[in-house]
Amino acid sequence: MEDLQQFKQTYFDESGEFLAGAEAGLVRLTPGNVDLDEVNAIFRAVHSIKGGGGAFGFSELVAFAHEFETVMDGVRSCTIVVTDDLVDTLIRANDVLGQLLAHARNGTKPPPGFADPVVAALKRNALITGDAPAGPESAGPDVAAATDPTAAVRTVTIRFQPKADLLMTGNDPTFMLRALKHLGTAEIECDVGGLPTLAHLEPELLYLQWLVTLTTSATLLDIQDVFEFVSDDSLVEITEHGTEAVNCSASTTSASPVTPATASLAPIGGTGTSAAAIVGDPLSQLTVYDTPVAAAATATETAKAATGKSSATGDGGHLNLGGHTIRVDLDKIDRLVNMVGEMVITQAMVAEHVRDLPPGEFQELLEGLEQLAQHTRELRENVMSIRAQPVSSVFSRMPRLVRELSSETGKDVVLVTAGENTEVDKTVVENLVDPLTHMIRNSIDHGLETPEDRIAAGKPRTGTVHLSAQHRSGRIVIEVADDGRGIDRPKVLQTAVKRGLVQPGISLSDEEIDNLIFVPGFSTADKVSSISGRGVGMDVVRRNITNLGGRIGVYSAPGQGSRFVLSLPLTLAVLDGMVISVGPERFVLPLTNIVESLRPKQADLHGLVNKCDVMMARGEYVRLVYLHQLFGIPGAVGDATKGLVVLVETEEGGRLGLVVDEVLGQQQVVIKSLESNYRRLDGVAAATILGDGRVALILDVAGLQEMSQHARSPAPRQITDASIQLQAL
Amino acid sequence: MSKSASLATIGSIRGDIVAAANTNEEQYVTFTVGNEEYGVNILSVREIRGWTPESRLPNLPDYVRGVINLRGIIIPIFDLRARFGGGTTEVTKRHVVVVVQVGERTRGILVDAISDILAISQDQIKSPPTMETGMVESQYLSGLFTAENRMVTLLDVARLFAVETGDDEHANQRGVVNDRPH
Repeated sequence: MEDLQQFKQTYFDESGEFLAGAEAGLVRLTPGNVDLDEVNAIFRAVHSIKGGGGAFGFSELVAFAHEFETVMDGVRSCTIVVTDDLVDTLIRANDVLGQLLAHARNGTKPPPGFADPVVAALKRNALITGDAPAGPESAGPDVAAATDPTAAVRTVTIRFQPKADLLMTGNDPTFMLRALKHLGTAEIECDVGGLPTLAHLEPELLYLQWLVTLTTSATLLDIQDVFEFVSDDSLVEITEHGTEAVNCSASTTSASPVTPATASLAPIGGTGTSAAAIVGDPLSQLTVYDTPVAAAATATETAKAATGKSSATGDGGHLNLGGHTIRVDLDKIDRLVNMVGEMVITQAMVAEHVRDLPPGEFQELLEGLEQLAQHTRELRENVMSIRAQPVSSVFSRMPRLVRELSSETGKDVVLVTAGENTEVDKTVVENLVDPLTHMIRNSIDHGLETPEDRIAAGKPRTGTVHLSAQHRSGRIVIEVADDGRGIDRPKVLQTAVKRGLVQPGISLSDEEIDNLIFVPGFSTADKVSSISGRGVGMDVVRRNITNLGGRIGVYSAPGQGSRFVLSLPLTLAVLDGMVISVGPERFVLPLTNIVESLRPKQADLHGLVNKCDVMMARGEYVRLVYLHQLFGIPGAVGDATKGLVVLVETEEGGRLGLVVDEVLGQQQVVIKSLESNYRRLDGVAAATILGDGRVALILDVAGLQEMSQHARSPAPRQITDASIQLQAL
Repeated sequence: MSKSASLATIGSIRGDIVAAANTNEEQYVTFTVGNEEYGVNILSVREIRGWTPESRLPNLPDYVRGVINLRGIIIPIFDLRARFGGGTTEVTKRHVVVVVQVGERTRGILVDAISDILAISQDQIKSPPTMETGMVESQYLSGLFTAENRMVTLLDVARLFAVETGDDEHANQRGVVNDRPH
């Protein structure tokens, strides 16, 4: 039972991947631009889910997957024409399949009739076929009970060219030819052109090849099955006639029927090469088609033996299976990451201890340690990269969102993505979904104009949203840019005044106005739409991003569009920090919070009521927070003019000046939980271990700000956004 | 290296525990704080280590010494003397931290020295005299034991610092002002 449970888990995991892959493929599926490879991948995904579901006895799931698969098979064999309506139905079907999977996983029953509307839609679509003279249709629901829907009766030419040593493997071509005869009416021609002269003839070798013209209703798979056992040892080329009119290729909907033997095609896939080499000169015009190229270029369906087999049996039917992969429990990786983190610390510790040794005497030790340091660094990078995932898993969800929003808003939108393969820690990827969804909604709803407005403004009717990712100096930078109207600054300012976020009559710079959209409770939408405008927009995005240790910026040009730039750390396990000291204690301040550090002159310091000190920095008054007072640390410098003030900014934009003794330097630190063995502390985000093995607390700037307000200033809390700090003080 | 010696002893005694399981006996590690001797069940003791300097935590009672790095995990250290109102321990190199495991969580208890390992059967444990109501102490005393002419106070490590470590529901009532996710 335990084992079965484990298989189930694997099945659900894999099915999740299949669904995601299928959805991505479905969204790319557009009328007049059908990538057969992609269609095949979707078909295989649904097929695999169905197959596994059958093994575990999820009958409702299997029944539904079957309908889905039937339609996909129709698309695959070009008997069903791809329309917008079909794509919508298929996407819905994919959703339903996901819900059924969820029910199966939880052991719950879906509500009765739950899938019916989609099933009906699928059946309706299964009947819409191409206007090809393709004979009786059989993909309809009437034969849906058959395991594999059969294709129309048509003529298929099969060129069967076995390897010379086929007979030695115990195979006999007679069997295959006989099997073909069972599939329909077959005319078999034997090509003896390959026969050598009698003097050169090796009696054990096979020099013959066959051309079979088969009139059949059997599917391509059935035909391929005949050659299943010899597919590695032969060249099998299957060409369908009579279905050319249903053309799957993008550009050539009206392409003339292609004569298969003369079709000049991009040669030769991997497995085919050896086979082709064996046949020798006279037959070299017989090319082994590389499936994708062939499928896209002509209406011929060429079965490369390997591909045919894998889709038939379902093994290796993974989507985009790029290489060898292994499924590993995340906990195991985390433990590994943790251990490597320890190694880095220990290594740093050793390095610190030997630094003072006389170099002459311990030359080899020092060199060895230097090497060790290098290896540890490399090891750490490698281990971290295990957790890394391409952002494509998030990006691939966006086309669908854009599609939906486009139809909801009536705006024409194109989404252009770049850098999908940029890798970043799994946790970061997972936490990017919400902010990106929100930003793209925002861009389409607020940024882009209606088609009429766009034309009036002399822009192309279709708006463009660019979504891109790239690595930049140890961080990942993600941009969402639109070519819409840009931020309407007067309106933003007006709204901010109306909401009491800014006092009237204050003049703000363009940048400050742009940043007002991140203030909680701000929304400019004239009316609240279902998409955005509830006022929980960009401030939530900003909070999500800063929780990930990132920053968000906005750049806007009126009439030309807006650009949101996210900068995020590559991993959540490591943080760029500034090590500071207060008395005997050392703390780490996240670098993202730090604006600058400075030593103020006495003249810059002012006392405010309630003994709260303020300092003039960059033209603003900033409240000083004495860390030694806040944390009760004895033996600290305590005087800002003798120590240092680190100007920090909270996620919400509030600034304060932390008075510390010294800034010791910038360092990348591994984040350690304080809560796993103790509990949360105010003003402390987490802890880390420094090079000497000692623990240092990582400060939580927002927490410190709150603490200091409770502790020292009973004055009512002002709005603390950076851009409006001016008037707050 | 008396510490490693005691570690070895613990290891071998752990092996004997199976043998002792039939009888009613349980093993206790005992240690001294000032003139008093305390014991904790050996099954909750993970290791015993020499004192290493701690990093202080802000705004906590004096018996929370701070945190140390135990092979990559961060554990809190509690000062048993301070906990019992004897003031903060002036640590020397000879002071010892008893690392105990409570459920999934690990913590260290700062004591003066390890004293003994005793096999104690349940019927030898005397219940502590009734204390005034409201005295928290009674909650984490699991009993008293007389070894030769010494009295050993047996402690319940799960309850000893339950409030401070947020192990029980009391933690929820403590002012966790800032509940921002981080």
